[in-house]
Amino acid sequence: MTTPWYKRLSEGMSRSREQLSGQLNVLLRRGPNLDEQFWEELEDTLIGSDMGVSAVTDIVGRLRDAATRKALADASEVIDHLTDEIASELTLDTDDFLAAGPVTVLVIGVNGTGKTTTVGKLAKQSVDEGRSVLLGSADTYRAAAIEQLDVWAERAGVPIVRRERGSDPASVAFETVERASVATPDITLIDTAGRLHTSPDLMLELQKVKRVTEKRSDVPVKVLLVMDATTGQNGLNQAREFDAAMNVNGLVITKLDGTAKGGIAVAVARELGIPILRIGVGEGIDDLRPFDAKEFASAITRGV
Amino acid sequence: MFQNLSDRLQAVFKNLTGRGKLSEADVDAAMREIRMALLEADVNFKVVKELVAGIRERAIGTEVTESLTPGQSVVKIVLDELVTLMGTTESRLTLSGRTPSVVMLVGLQGSGKTTATAKLANLLRKQGRRPIMVACDVYRPAAIDQLQALGREIDIPVYRGADGDDPADIAAAGVKAAIDGMRDVVIVDTAGRLHVDDDMMDEAVRIRDAVKPDQILMVVDAMTGQDAVNVAKAFADKVDFDGVIMSKLDGDARGGAALSIRKVTGKPIKFASVGEKLDALESFHPDRMAQRILGMGDVVTLIEKAQDSMDADQAAAMEARLRTSGFTLDDFLDQLQQVKKMGGLGDMLKMMPGAGQMKELKDAEIDERQLDRTEAIIRSMTARERVKPSIINGSRRERIANGSGVAVSDVNRLIKQFEQTRKLMKQFQGQQGKKGKRRGGRGMPPGMRMPF
Repeated sequence: MTTPWYKRLSEGMSRSREQLSGQLNVLLRRGPNLDEQFWEELEDTLIGSDMGVSAVTDIVGRLRDAATRKALADASEVIDHLTDEIASELTLDTDDFLAAGPVTVLVIGVNGTGKTTTVGKLAKQSVDEGRSVLLGSADTYRAAAIEQLDVWAERAGVPIVRRERGSDPASVAFETVERASVATPDITLIDTAGRLHTSPDLMLELQKVKRVTEKRSDVPVKVLLVMDATTGQNGLNQAREFDAAMNVNGLVITKLDGTAKGGIAVAVARELGIPILRIGVGEGIDDLRPFDAKEFASAITRGV
Repeated sequence: MFQNLSDRLQAVFKNLTGRGKLSEADVDAAMREIRMALLEADVNFKVVKELVAGIRERAIGTEVTESLTPGQSVVKIVLDELVTLMGTTESRLTLSGRTPSVVMLVGLQGSGKTTATAKLANLLRKQGRRPIMVACDVYRPAAIDQLQALGREIDIPVYRGADGDDPADIAAAGVKAAIDGMRDVVIVDTAGRLHVDDDMMDEAVRIRDAVKPDQILMVVDAMTGQDAVNVAKAFADKVDFDGVIMSKLDGDARGGAALSIRKVTGKPIKFASVGEKLDALESFHPDRMAQRILGMGDVVTLIEKAQDSMDADQAAAMEARLRTSGFTLDDFLDQLQQVKKMGGLGDMLKMMPGAGQMKELKDAEIDERQLDRTEAIIRSMTARERVKPSIINGSRRERIANGSGVAVSDVNRLIKQFEQTRKLMKQFQGQQGKKGKRRGGRGMPPGMRMPF
């Protein structure tokens, strides 16, 4: 069942998996009896993954039902079920617009989640797959963000549309899609400045970027939200607000190579139905990988 | 969904009318709510467990007094407990007498180290120091350019090594550059690193050993979830740090990570980073953070903001007018301008305790541009109209609409809104009076003036 790239995924995620499955193994060692303490500890373990209290309460509740109904005798069967439950929460109708095309993608998110790095890696990967790429640097706010994307453009050998810092991000986006209509790349990636979802002005600015892009783009415009795996329950607010303002089409969860488990993705999938398209499991270019619900879930709950 | 812990507990104790001690069953119900509130605020579940146990012990047998409801008594216990844990007073940056002093910043990728470096340098200069910043992030593309750009913005020098230099050598050379340049404090920005990346953690140790910082500060994103304890513990064990800068506190994250880190490492939170501007670095106040974690609104910050932007005489005069219901559209205009100065209506509402519960406020439209439009409408009114809006008849409405470039319906809406505000203020007045008598001033502080 293990595909080669997932071997690599499991390497990247091994630490988080070891941690969580270590905790689950402690549960398993408690013996086959499913007593009250077992369920409580299971709940704590899942809360520790940032899934959020309500998602955890719900999933554990369903597990308890199943344990009774299907007469699951011991803890390891429950853990199997748990994997399935988490996977089913993460399984959404997914249109991987990053692999298809032609498409224009706006990359958005709060500060410091890894938007620019994600754009850079996507560009390099697309080129390696033989697809043509155009980059647009609409993060005109953060110092040296443009230079950072420039470095990536050079690494990937792709053209980039840029203006000086402080320019109107919408005009950079416009220029980018205008260039795209001539160059007709397979994928146009537009990096935007990180912003807190609680800032009304910056959210309006972002909406303007989307409006302008959609107006001029000859190809469909999609919105990609980048979220950091270390994010706690605030991630749900982030996703909710960005989705309300921008209609988010897909999610990238970065920084899964630490000990953070990215459980917030489960909460986001449950509430907003936004599919995860890529996960970031390291600093290397190849460490941005496709997402698979089943494997993701089992990578969390046990060794693959 | 309850907005905050007080409301949750109020609901739990709703049916509790008897006087005397809190029973064990009451306390159990309350503890469940406290656990939920803390977990939703991203406090680590192990820390929550310990906290709840401690709070429980104190809560059982608590006398329900005349002045506090059972819910309020428990909230007080929880708040006290959190404040005690986070340190009861704000902690400051202590630099030794040696020149130059060295401060080193560490943290995960994307936590906001480079921005915090510039903000800290800016703050120290305001305190009369002559800072220099050292760029040791040789990995992230353009990270050094970023620090240099920030340095230019605030006019503080940045030391950078040559391409290929080792970060520890750059740091050491930076300190030397500080001595040569007569700088008395060096702030070393380092690359973001994962706490599980041994090579990078070793590098941080080498930088530390090369410059022997007076203070090592870890920058932590306020949005961090359960993992904060693992990260903080690893940094404490391997690099060791003296305190924490909480970044991105201007968002709506409850920031439970602050509590977890303090509990697990014992290290104080020293600064709060609250905005994109380079002067947005504040001292950390444990009491405010405790309220924020519990979702109780940041009353003190709200008051401080109000005090900053509204001088005391003005406030006193305003209050007198509020009391006598002589509130006019001129005052309304004043208020709008105050609100704008305080960072907009949305910012303010977030800081108000219980704001989420007030139907009037929930329905109120928070559109900042609306403020400008409203201002224009009021400015198109005559002095008499502003004092006595009831005289604004159809033809006056039309004139005002033309004068301010809006539709008559907008003018109508404003007048209606004004009447609502007047009513709302009367309610606030009523509430404040009652609470003041009953609960001896807890909750909304007695000195608080509603700025609108």
